[in-house]
Amino acid sequence: METDGGREVLSQSSQPTSFASSQQSVMAAYGRPVDWACDQIQWRWMEALLKRHCSALAGKEVNNEGSEHKEKITVTFVDKDGDENVIQVPIGMSMLEAAHENDIELEGACEGSLACSTCHVIVMDVDYYNKLEDPTDEENDMLDLAFGLTETSRLGCQVIAKPELDGLRLALPAATRNFAVDGYVPKPH
Amino acid sequence: MALDLENTDTAVILGQGNVALDVARILLRPASELAATDIADHALDALYKSSIRRVYLVGRRGPVQAACTTKELREILSVKNLNIHIKESDLLKSAADEEELKSSRIRRRVYELLSKAAASPHSYSISGQHELYFVFYRRPDRFLLSNDESKVGGISFEKTSLKEDVVSGKQYAAGTGQFEDLEAGLVLKSIGYKSVPVEGLPFDEQRGVVPNVKGRVLQSKADQVVLENGLYVVGWLKRGPTGIIATNLYCAEETVGSILEDLGKGALSPSMDPPKQGRDGLLQLLEDRGIKYVNFSGWEKIDLKEKTEGNLRNKPRAKLTDWDELLRVANG
Repeated sequence: METDGGREVLSQSSQPTSFASSQQSVMAAYGRPVDWACDQIQWRWMEALLKRHCSALAGKEVNNEGSEHKEKITVTFVDKDGDENVIQVPIGMSMLEAAHENDIELEGACEGSLACSTCHVIVMDVDYYNKLEDPTDEENDMLDLAFGLTETSRLGCQVIAKPELDGLRLALPAATRNFAVDGYVPKPH
Repeated sequence: MALDLENTDTAVILGQGNVALDVARILLRPASELAATDIADHALDALYKSSIRRVYLVGRRGPVQAACTTKELREILSVKNLNIHIKESDLLKSAADEEELKSSRIRRRVYELLSKAAASPHSYSISGQHELYFVFYRRPDRFLLSNDESKVGGISFEKTSLKEDVVSGKQYAAGTGQFEDLEAGLVLKSIGYKSVPVEGLPFDEQRGVVPNVKGRVLQSKADQVVLENGLYVVGWLKRGPTGIIATNLYCAEETVGSILEDLGKGALSPSMDPPKQGRDGLLQLLEDRGIKYVNFSGWEKIDLKEKTEGNLRNKPRAKLTDWDELLRVANG
């Protein structure tokens, strides 16, 4: 069974932003990331894999509605100066992708493959934080390295839009430039 | 690096950072699993023939101070057919340890992983199993000779206990005067890097960095901020050998930011005497000195060759490891 969300992902196969959501799908299905090797052969293989297993993914992240009108939720990004950016995010898209599509400055150095913490976001309302699925060990490992970690921090590439998250507010951390390894002690602020 | 992995079944790695764990993982993972990665051919050959079955990762301090991070630790703990050995007594925490754990999420999660690994039931030693030992509170004192006195036969360690440094408040390893020997035919050191100075470049010997403010080089590490005009530094030479790949991303942004700021302020006046020749000047200098270099298109040729070769053998790439061949492909 092919869903529209699935088809959308596959047709944008050459663009890194939608790779992130495909990455999500493969991660969810197999628990292992697919190396972004920029290799056409690997990409076509992954496409075929996704086509075969779309039905397994459809229930989790991808919308079943008509091809033109994907359901969207409203998400607000707040930057370190308090400036707000309200965007519409299609169900199934990660916050990282959504930020990139709307030119919001959220770095995603590893393109959503859980190999960095540059897309660190802070969920501003605890209620919304609790609606998210628990982070996997892999995400927690990367959150370990994020600067200014809070009780409601998540990686933007792992927060996937779903209807219950309508109205989500995400704060961009004050300084994503430092990483808490090697005994680095953040200055109090 | 030509390593002999066939003369011993035991390797000792000094250090417990991510690189030390990487080394242990490469020695302990089934070689057949590595065949599908871009590991170099000669390394894979050596690993297929390796007789190493037991690896020790040795740290001077305790599990609370281990320098590795969770992702890498998790990776090595999940290697197939590997028995992990951690002494429960090493996991005992002092009040100072608890303080350290309280203030660091990474340390907490690393400690939890190590505790869980220590508590897991050990499977019987089956042939084909590899063994990994996390050894704590041991400071290498001297090497021991092998029986035939031709190579290393082991290390003598001094047991340590943690003391608090009055100035920094950090815990350091102090010798206790008790010693313990460990037999091994291979010893690898993984205790960090230190940059070396370049003649004429200001250098902080103690920290192993070029003194700088946001990437702008300082004339010396003295208190006054006197800049070396037009000179910038980035990477490990700027910050010390720390951080992950993304750390360098932002380090580069900071230095570039400084350069742009200075350009904007006119602090980098182009009308210097003699006028700078830019890239052309650099290429001329290299030619004058007879230095072989590889430019980006040369790198692209190497990249393509490696990927093509790799594709034929089901690997992401097959590395070229011979200088002459690399230069030949780059200039071909």
